[in-house]
Amino acid sequence: MIVEVENVTRQFGEKRALNRISLTIPKGTVLGLVGENGAGKTTLIKHLMGLLKPDQGTVRVFGKDPVVDPVGVLGQIGYLSEEDILPGWMRLHELIRYSRGFYPSWDADYAEALRRDFGIEKGARIRELSKGQRARAGLIVALAHRPELLLLDEPSSGLDPIVRRDILGAIIRTIADDGRTVLFSSHLLAEVEQVCDRVAMIRQGELLFCDDLESIQRSYGWITVRYPEVQPTPPLLEGAVSWNGDGREWSVLVHGLPGAVEAETTLRGAAIVDRRWATLDEIFVGLSTELVGR
Amino acid sequence: MQIHLSPSDGVPIYLQIVNQVRLQLAAGRLTEGDELPAIRTLAERLLINPNTVVRAYRELEALGIVEKRRTNGTFISAAGSPLALAEKRRLLAERADALLAEAHQMSFPLEELIVLIRERALETVEVAS
Repeated sequence: MIVEVENVTRQFGEKRALNRISLTIPKGTVLGLVGENGAGKTTLIKHLMGLLKPDQGTVRVFGKDPVVDPVGVLGQIGYLSEEDILPGWMRLHELIRYSRGFYPSWDADYAEALRRDFGIEKGARIRELSKGQRARAGLIVALAHRPELLLLDEPSSGLDPIVRRDILGAIIRTIADDGRTVLFSSHLLAEVEQVCDRVAMIRQGELLFCDDLESIQRSYGWITVRYPEVQPTPPLLEGAVSWNGDGREWSVLVHGLPGAVEAETTLRGAAIVDRRWATLDEIFVGLSTELVGR
Repeated sequence: MQIHLSPSDGVPIYLQIVNQVRLQLAAGRLTEGDELPAIRTLAERLLINPNTVVRAYRELEALGIVEKRRTNGTFISAAGSPLALAEKRRLLAERADALLAEAHQMSFPLEELIVLIRERALETVEVAS
């Protein structure tokens, strides 16, 4: 296991930012971390980097406590966030020289290859780069020491599709090269679906699930049900996460065994007229609104 | 081999790859002995997890459509080609079902539908020649 988080709780004043979170990231996997703004994604990532100390529970990265041994942990982590944390006054070649000092495993040829791929001038001043080019400069710093663990905290927010492709490409190459490990937090769930093996969803500081993407996709689905009579309100069904529709036809996002829904609808004289897969986006929205509706 | 992913319909990506290989086999765009792209190549081209490609190829292997060779490549198998006919039937049957359902909804008689298909076929042949 590259990352082991056990029963971690973290309180900020009145707010419980993380509530008894437990999850693991096995070597060579890409874990997608999803959840609404303020759900606790960034707080969790900061715990992995030793920037925050849990009130309760333990965090282990490469088997080490990142708070106790930051050098041993951070030296093997590549990190990119949506925040602009690069020093704007530096020129790119200065940024590269400055960054390599932190990492014994820095690969200068790889840094240069990435720079050329991304088309950034060596002498370009960071603050004069476009938002997309700054993200690419951040990607060079995150990747060039060939980290064992790549942490990406909302890296694609507000970036154009071409930069986002570069970021996804970096994730693919990171795992394709000797099975390194990635944690990818994002709002763009289609991208999460594309690159992740496992997905963890956090809601208000609690872990809703952390499972293989395929198991998640198999345990949710849309069923369209047609009733003989007009139904003024969404019919209540076991395992229903969310509904939409009106009149006689309703689509329901179900969780669990579809057999149960089938039996229940038949009992009410309804017929199942269509079924299809649910996207991660739909599952996410369904689970988020479920709480609001309660 | 060209694979196009549609992120919006929720079908798992490995299954989209499997379905498209089957479709291309039925259409004759892939035939016996054709090599599928290397795992890493396809993963980087489609920007998907390499494990997903592994999963798709394993599924295709289980279906007897592809086989692994010593060179480490993945190829359309000899058994895959006879499957092409079965695939064609399967795909066309799906289309036929959809057409029949629509005709039924419009109360269009089956006999007239068959006549219509013959007419269309003649017209398509003329246009093509």
